[in-house]
Order: sequence, then C-alpha cells, then structure tokens
Amino acid sequence: MGLLLWLVFSSAHASWGFNMTPGATEVSRSVFDLHMTIFWICVVIGVIVFGAMFWSMLVHRRSTGQQPAHFHESTTVEILWTVVPLVILVLMAIPATKTLIEIYDSSESELDIQVTGYQWKWHYKYLGEDVEFFSNLTTPKDQINNKATKGEHYLLEVDEPLVVPVGTKVRFLITAADVIHSWWVPALAVKKDAIPGFINESWTRIDEPGIYRGQCTELCGKDHGFMPVVVEAKSKEDYAAWLAERKVAAAAERELTSKEWTMDELMARGEKSYQTNCASCHQPNGEGLPPMFPALKGSAIAKGEAQGHIGIVVNGKPGTSMAAFGKQLSEVDIAAIITYERNAWGNAVGDMVTPKDILAFKQAQE
Amino acid sequence: MSAVIDPGHAGHGHAGHDHHHGPAKGLMRWVLTTNHKDIGTMYLWFSFAMFLLGGSMAMVIRAELFQPGLQIVQPEFFNQMTTMHGLIMVFGAVMPAFVGLANWMIPLMVGAPDMALPRMNNFSFWLLPAAFGMLISTLFMEGGGPNFGWTFYAPLSTTYAPESVTFFIFAVHLMGISSIMGAINVVATILNLRAPGMTLMKMPLFVWTWLITAFLLIAVMPVLAGCVTMMLMDIHFGTSFFSAAGGGDPVLFQHVFWFFGHPEVYIMILPAFGAVSAIIPAFARKPLFGYTSMVYATASIAFLSFIVWAHHMFTVGIPLTGELFFMYATMLIAVPTGVKVFNWASTMWRGSMTFETPMLFSVAFVILFTIGGFSGLMLAIAPADFQYHDTYFVVAHFHYVLVPGAIFGIFASAYYWLPKWTGHMYDETLGKLHFWMSFVGMNLAFFPMHFVGLAGMPRRIPDYNMMFANFNMVSSIGAFMFGATQLLFLFIVIKCIRGGKPAAAKPWDGAEGLEWTVPSPAPYHTFTTPPEVK
Repeated sequence: MGLLLWLVFSSAHASWGFNMTPGATEVSRSVFDLHMTIFWICVVIGVIVFGAMFWSMLVHRRSTGQQPAHFHESTTVEILWTVVPLVILVLMAIPATKTLIEIYDSSESELDIQVTGYQWKWHYKYLGEDVEFFSNLTTPKDQINNKATKGEHYLLEVDEPLVVPVGTKVRFLITAADVIHSWWVPALAVKKDAIPGFINESWTRIDEPGIYRGQCTELCGKDHGFMPVVVEAKSKEDYAAWLAERKVAAAAERELTSKEWTMDELMARGEKSYQTNCASCHQPNGEGLPPMFPALKGSAIAKGEAQGHIGIVVNGKPGTSMAAFGKQLSEVDIAAIITYERNAWGNAVGDMVTPKDILAFKQAQE
Repeated sequence: MSAVIDPGHAGHGHAGHDHHHGPAKGLMRWVLTTNHKDIGTMYLWFSFAMFLLGGSMAMVIRAELFQPGLQIVQPEFFNQMTTMHGLIMVFGAVMPAFVGLANWMIPLMVGAPDMALPRMNNFSFWLLPAAFGMLISTLFMEGGGPNFGWTFYAPLSTTYAPESVTFFIFAVHLMGISSIMGAINVVATILNLRAPGMTLMKMPLFVWTWLITAFLLIAVMPVLAGCVTMMLMDIHFGTSFFSAAGGGDPVLFQHVFWFFGHPEVYIMILPAFGAVSAIIPAFARKPLFGYTSMVYATASIAFLSFIVWAHHMFTVGIPLTGELFFMYATMLIAVPTGVKVFNWASTMWRGSMTFETPMLFSVAFVILFTIGGFSGLMLAIAPADFQYHDTYFVVAHFHYVLVPGAIFGIFASAYYWLPKWTGHMYDETLGKLHFWMSFVGMNLAFFPMHFVGLAGMPRRIPDYNMMFANFNMVSSIGAFMFGATQLLFLFIVIKCIRGGKPAAAKPWDGAEGLEWTVPSPAPYHTFTTPPEVK
C-alpha cells in the first residue's frame, strides 16, 4: 500500500512531500540518517514477515486441497525470534544513543536566545544584547477565510523572524508565559516544549544562510495552528549589521513614550497593534467570542473609567486567557490599543490614554 | 479455586425451581438485568453508538481538513471535535466494546454460569450512559465542551479551560469507576468460576489477555482518577499541583497522565490479541502456534507498559539518562510484540485456510497492526522522535494500532461470535464487502498521514500550508469512505439478528472452545452445571 502510494506520487510535486528532509544542520542530518536507517530495517523485516504471510495465504488454503499440519510449538524458534530482534534493537540503539548525547550537549554556546511561547505568538530575547521582540503570524484573515488567494508561505510567515548567524552555536532557552507550547523547526531538528515556569535548553548550528520555517507543535488553545516559527539564518556580517540596527530601533521605540501623541496617531497605531495582539480573541470587530473571549464593543470596562481599562490590559485577568500585557507590550502600544478600544466600534468614549499614563500606572503599582 | 461452585449444589438448586428462567419482559429487562449476555449486548450496542458518534466527529475534522483554509468550523469548535473524538473513541467505543465481548464470552469460554458479580456488572454498565450523556452535554454548554485534546494537558485544561471542564472531570471519574468494577468482575470470574479441569494454562487466550488487561485497568484507572482530581483541586480549591506559579509543575501532569495512558493503550489492544489468537487457528484449522509463549509475551508487554510512559514526553526536557532509559525500555516492547506476530504467522503457515470475514479482519489486523508497530519502533528512537513528536506521523501511528488493531479486532470478534449470539449466520457477501471497504478506506485515510507528518504537519491544527494539501484530501476521502462503511456494518448486524441461515452450535469447523458446545443462539442461562474440561 505504502509502496503503491509512493510510486503513484513520486512525481515529487511540492504538495506531495512525503518524507523528512535532511535539514540544515549536522544534527538534523544525523537524525535524518537515523530515521532512514530504521525505516529501511523495518521495511526489510516487513518484507520477510509479510512475504511469508502472503505466501502462506496463497498456498496454504483449503481451496487448493491443503491438509493442515499439526505442529504447534517449538522452543528453539521461540528463542530464535526473541534473540534476533533483540540483537537488531541493540544495533539500532547504538547510533540513536550517540545522536541523543550530541543533541543534549548544549555547552559552549556562542549566542543565547530566550524563546517564550505566548497564546499565540513567539517572543525572542537576545540575552545580553538588549534586543527582544514578538513574532506574529502575518497571513491575512482573508486568506484563511478563503476570500483571497493563499500565498506560498500561507500560515508559515511572520512579521519578525528570529534572526541568527550561521556557523555559530546558538543556544535556545525555551519557556512559556501561559500554557505549554512547543518550538519546532524541522530543518534544524529542534523541537522542545515551552513550559510555563520552567526553562528548557536546546541548540543549533546552521550551515547556510536561509529561511527555515516551523510551527508550534503542542496544542495551546484556539490558535495553536496559527503561531508559526520562522528562523532566518544570516551570514555573521549581516547578522551583526542587523543586530546593530535593531538596537537603534529599540532605543527609538523607547523615545516614543515621552513623545506628545495626538488622538489620530494613537488611533492609527492602536488599530494596527490591536489587530496583531488582541484580535485573535476579541475579534477584529471587537465582538469577541463570548463567553470565553468577551466582547469589547459596548463593554463596561472599555466604556468605563480609563484606570480600570488600563488595569485589565496591563495586569490581565488571573484564571482566564486574558494575559498581563504590561510585560509584553511597550507603553506606546498599550496606550494606543486602549485608546483604540475606547473609541472604535461605536464605543466613542472620546478620551485618550497616553504612553505616559501607562508609565504612571505601572510606577504606581510598583 | 475453580471448584467454588459445587456441581451437586448447583444441580440441586436448579432442580428446586422447576421452571425455565427466561429474560424478564419489557424495558425493565434491560435496566434490571444481571445476565451476562444481556449486559454484554448492552455494552456492545452502547459502544457501537459511541463509535458512530465519535466517528461523526472525525468526519467533521476530516471535512475541515479536506482543503487548506477554514471552511466548515472555526478553530474553537475544531479543538472540541478532536478532543471529544479521542475521548469518545477511547473510553466510549473501544473499551466498552471489549468489556461487552468479555461479558458475553468469558463465562462461555471458562464454563461459568454468569459473571462472578452480576449486580455490580449491571451498575458498571449503567454508569456509562450517565458518564457519556454528561460528557456530550458539555458541547451544548456556554463556552463549549473540552477543547484541550484527549490528553488534556494542564494548564490548558485547568486555568485556561472552558467552565465545562468540571463536568468532564466528573464524567471521567464515572468512566473510571465503571472500568474498575468491570475489571474486578473479570478477574473474579476468571479466577473463581472456571469449570473443573480448566487450568490457567488451558484457558483460551482471549481469557488470558483479558485477565491481564483487567489487572492493568485496576492498576491505572485510579491513577487517572487521581490526575483529574488534582485538576479539580487546581481549578476550584486553589491548589497548585500543575502550576509553577504556586510551586507545582505542569510536567507532573504529563507524568501522571501517561503513567495511566501508556498501559491504557495496551488495555485497548490486548483483548484484541486474544480474540485474533482464537480466530486465526479456527480458520487455519491448525492449533495456535506457541500458546505458552503467547501468554508470557502478553504478560511481558503488560509489565513493560508500566515503565515506558515518558516516551510520550521526549520533548518536555527530561534529563539525558531518563531519555535513554525510556528509549531502551520502549524499544524492548518490540520483542514480545514481535513474538506474537511471528506466532500468528506460524499458525497460518501450512494450515488449511479459508477467508471468511472474521479471518479477513484478523489477517488485516496482524499485518496493519505490525505496520503500526514499525512506526512505533521509529517513534521509540528518541532523537528521531524530536522530528515525529506531535506531528501527523504520530496520528498515523496510533490510528494504525487502534483502527486495524483494536477496531478490526472487535469486528473480527463480532463476525466470529455473531452466529453464537443471534443463532443466525451473518450475510457473508456483505461481511466481505464491509471488510474490503473498511480496509481500503482506512488505509487511504491513515497511510498518507505518515507522509504529511514527516513533511512537517503538526497534529491538532484546523488549517495548514498548501504543501500538505494533496495528502490531506486523500486522507479525507479515505476517512469518509471508512465512516460510511460502518453503516453497512450496522445493517449487517441488524439483518443477522432478524434472520438468516440458522447457525449450528459450532458454525466454524476449525473452532475450538466451550462456547461452541452450547446451542446457537446461546440460551439465556448456560453452564448452570459446569462442564468437565479434560
């Protein structure tokens, strides 16, 4: 059956991909070799066992006048087919153990990146470099809802990929902020669960510059299928340039907090940030998905005192899916989102929350 | 121990009531019955109803995955479907079907008049409709039903769960109580009610595998109950078993769950091993090869099932030594499983085979279960598992061991014993049609899942990139075919109950065992006087 499907589909069109790929690192190649070795061992055993069974089914039938034999036990063969598989297993275990030990050796890393899973996006923090950002899905809703043609990287594209240098041992410190996620990039053969409250280690050393795509692989709620992982490997020089650029941008972003914002500026930025950070639960039209994800349109909080609204966005609501965005987003984004929520979809409260208000709120809490 | 029932006394008791004991009339027969055949029948019908319900949910899943993009359901509902499909199939379809077969066949196979604890038997069945009624009702509650996967990992199933999770927990408790009582009943029956002369090593393998399964159930269902109770405490009583913020550990949940979960997968397959070990010799007209080694292999599998649980958790970050231990222990399971497959193949070798429907399902069981075993061996290799874990490769693997494994085992048993249950032969042509449609549909549905999994498609996602599109469409077509075919099975069974060629006491010329010494259909009471086993 498998062979048949394989033959039929071996025209190797991209959408008929049927096997693991060797990937982009030494580890991923040894995992691939291990996979293929064990696959072929299974094929050989399968051909022998199924071959014997099919032969028997063709020949040893009553319709061909076969008389049944009466043998029903043999200690010798029982021992034989216990010992032979055992030997095969030991032979399989040796390379598997070697590869596993290699995978577990995350010492002497040259770059440490903290990877944090959130519902439903990834956060990357370059330790010791003062650079951190979220990585959100960018596939438009229209493509998901079949109103627009799907792009080549449908569901596997993000606004800010994780950028790493090639030829460098990069260590990932993987954790989560809410539920368990799992960070997987097939081409790197790295898959590690992101567990809230615990930090897991993993590492990679990529040979060639390129873009490597993966997905979250632990069910993490509604949008589990919509939080891809994209890793962009750059040459060491390009990486250094990128990092410097990010540091400048981060400084500029911090400057924005003290800037004097106008209502229109906040609304424009708020709409964009809302769509990226809030819309998957509260929906683009603010109507939510009650009762798990309440509506913001006409909600008492969004139309009530600004302090209450700031409180729930900054601190979240314990025991629910509402995360504490105070630690995730900049003051500018939080202010813009709150302003947007208070004035969009006919909420029309008319007031404006500025980044300084958020800063003051946070400082008052400390 | 097998002489607990004194033949003289039983004979006397029977003579004391000089009238025939038949079933009571009307609906109350089924509510109040303590008869193992009635209860077995109810278990089997219940499990079939759950099979169709869980199957319909699979149809929703496959319809959504027919093409990329969201078409039919939204992600929240999709997650409820995957969760309920898993829960219903595991706890509602496969497990009760085997308990139904045990109820019907174990007393007939060991020469007992009934199960050892008939009133408890009634109770353990009637808990199930209550449990599943409650579980299914969560789908209609505000916030929806369980949406955290059948493995319900915390904290997704605690802090982040819909409110209906409490009903889910209560339902799981009820199912657990039902299973434990069912298992105790099986153990008590096998150890106490065997006919004189039926020593342990003369028992049919179905009885043996069920005895071992029952011990597994008694060992692990309380662990599951503990697991959901800890969830309940975390949700409602402020504990932090599974929350790192309070000093707990989300990974603890997975250790406890899989300590239950791994033996659970053997609970779902061992009775099928037993049934197939009765059917293949019957249609090969040759005794089972290596009976003794079959018993020891089953016991070894059961033992190993307790020390491999963390192979479901290779990616949670357990230390290297732990990873190696669980990898080696898991690989070891291939040895006793291999012994079983070799024994079945040797039983067929130089037999005089015919291929009636039970035999077709049994042979397909051996071959396709072995394919599931191969992918299981691949998954055991920890470094390779990092690439397979939580992808469709795993989905393909466990559907290969559960569909052509557990479910084909149940179909084979049903066709094999239907003549005994109903007194009629089923329609052989339709039976074969059912087999071939199931065989083709099931392979079409699940084989391509190996490919998309290896190509990188994670499981439990409602939408996917176009590179997975073609195989997903093939899978969906196969799944629709397999699903629709099961209505044919319903038709065949009803047709067989209503009429058909009368079945002889022993309709299969190669069959062995006490169940074939009583007339077909089996009378309401059998073996009120224990038979003598030589």
